[in-house]
Amino acid sequence: MTLAQAPHGFLSPTGVEIAFLLVGLVTFGAALVTVTTRQLVHAALWLVVTLGGLAVEYLLLTAEFIAWVQVLIYVGSVVVLLLFGLMLTRAPIGRSPDADSGNRWAALTVAVAAAAALVWVVVDAFRTTWIDLDGPAAGSTKVTGASLFQNWVLPFEALSVLLLAALVGAIVLSRKAKAETSSPPVNSQATTESSPSVPDARKIPAEQEGAR
Amino acid sequence: MNDALDVALRLLVVFVVFLTFPLIVGQTEHKVMAHMQGRLGPMYAGGFHGWAQLIADGVKFAQKEDVVPAGADRRIFQLAPAVALLPYLLVLLAIPIGPSEGAVGEVIDAGVFFVLAVMGVGVLGSLMAGWASANKFSLLGGLRTAAQLLAYELPMLLAAASVAMAAGTVSLPGILDAFEWWWLPWQIVGAIVFFVAGLAELQRPPFDMPVADSEIIFGAYTEYTGLRFALFLLAEYAGIIVLCGLTTVLFLGGWHGPWGADGLGWVWTLLKTAVLAFLVIWLRVTYPRLREDQLQKLSWTLLVPLSLAQIALTGIVKVVIQ
Repeated sequence: MTLAQAPHGFLSPTGVEIAFLLVGLVTFGAALVTVTTRQLVHAALWLVVTLGGLAVEYLLLTAEFIAWVQVLIYVGSVVVLLLFGLMLTRAPIGRSPDADSGNRWAALTVAVAAAAALVWVVVDAFRTTWIDLDGPAAGSTKVTGASLFQNWVLPFEALSVLLLAALVGAIVLSRKAKAETSSPPVNSQATTESSPSVPDARKIPAEQEGAR
Repeated sequence: MNDALDVALRLLVVFVVFLTFPLIVGQTEHKVMAHMQGRLGPMYAGGFHGWAQLIADGVKFAQKEDVVPAGADRRIFQLAPAVALLPYLLVLLAIPIGPSEGAVGEVIDAGVFFVLAVMGVGVLGSLMAGWASANKFSLLGGLRTAAQLLAYELPMLLAAASVAMAAGTVSLPGILDAFEWWWLPWQIVGAIVFFVAGLAELQRPPFDMPVADSEIIFGAYTEYTGLRFALFLLAEYAGIIVLCGLTTVLFLGGWHGPWGADGLGWVWTLLKTAVLAFLVIWLRVTYPRLREDQLQKLSWTLLVPLSLAQIALTGIVKVVIQ
């Protein structure tokens, strides 16, 4: 990346810039469809297109390593996990009438605010910075690794600690839920109200007492 | 112009390999399985030992009616076979078969990441097929596919990371350039983990729970007929080629051999790939299908710890020899 000596005109875009814009439009459109479609599984599949489009954008910015990691983590794992969860719980073919949460305007407000903040930060940070696409790749694995483990080690380690905490938290939560379901005394009070068989079991000693 | 011709030629070669090699593996599977079971296998099509059996099968598939179930999600149902097949074509582009510059479809800087990422995308095809078929057996098959992928992606990645650590690069030709013969015993645990996890990702027996024909008919592919079904089958065999080629490149030294590495490197790559493909077929004939819980247990309690141990070993040896 170099600071721009000559001003880069917006009226004479290169092929890469045009491709970047077009892919960006496709990505944006797919993202919009993801949140507006009424079909749950279609939303997940449009998310694949969105995340794949982002990976292509990284590629066009010569950040090859980031692009493949994006495909590996998001398309290959996160979306598969999402689809797995959808299929396991509810994934009807066709429209899901209950897919709307009713918080549409609140969600829109939050999304626009978040997008505005991100765009502002990125534009402010990289205003005059241009990537030289003709030179050696600025985002090759070697360059990315070197900058990650030389300049950004502390955030990297902090992130890994955060992820570790999330992992431990997930294990603790799942074990807690399991312990509650496997030991009846904890929530037997709740089940006795609803299940029909347990009151019968209560009645029997009462009837026996009455018979005496 | 010359560059364009060069690129076109490479793409053509990779495409031809993509169309022919899976057929060769399929035909070998027919014959090897038959002989291991005391049969002859196909003997009539094409005359000599039934060599044209799969071509006949292809013609048969092409003639069949392309049925889409009435309740299915039409577009996704039709798109799924392409999503399942294309990733393997892309991966094949990145596998180097010889030492020279020209012996790889496209040199990719982060090759290991590229091949694993794109291979993971192929499973989306099975998921889409399983969901869009509007069939309970298909949905069950899709669920099992997803569970299997989630379990086996991790050990596969860790095993590949071990090789990348050993070589100090994530580029596939770079890994081959750094290869020494003693990597073979050093990385053997990783190699086995990678190969087994890859088999599971391809849903090959004994990891074919997602298509277990005796309980869920044919899993996610139950409703498919004709060419689309053939595309799924082609994806499975292309997957075998890709997995064996990758294991060869990452763990068995690719074009390195005891002799003739200069001109005949590609012969070594093909030979090792073929031996591994034979092993895949052999495993199918030998082992019964694993149950779903056994599948998950094998991955999380055996393969993941083994691959972590391999990474630790790689790290220790790497530090010691520097």
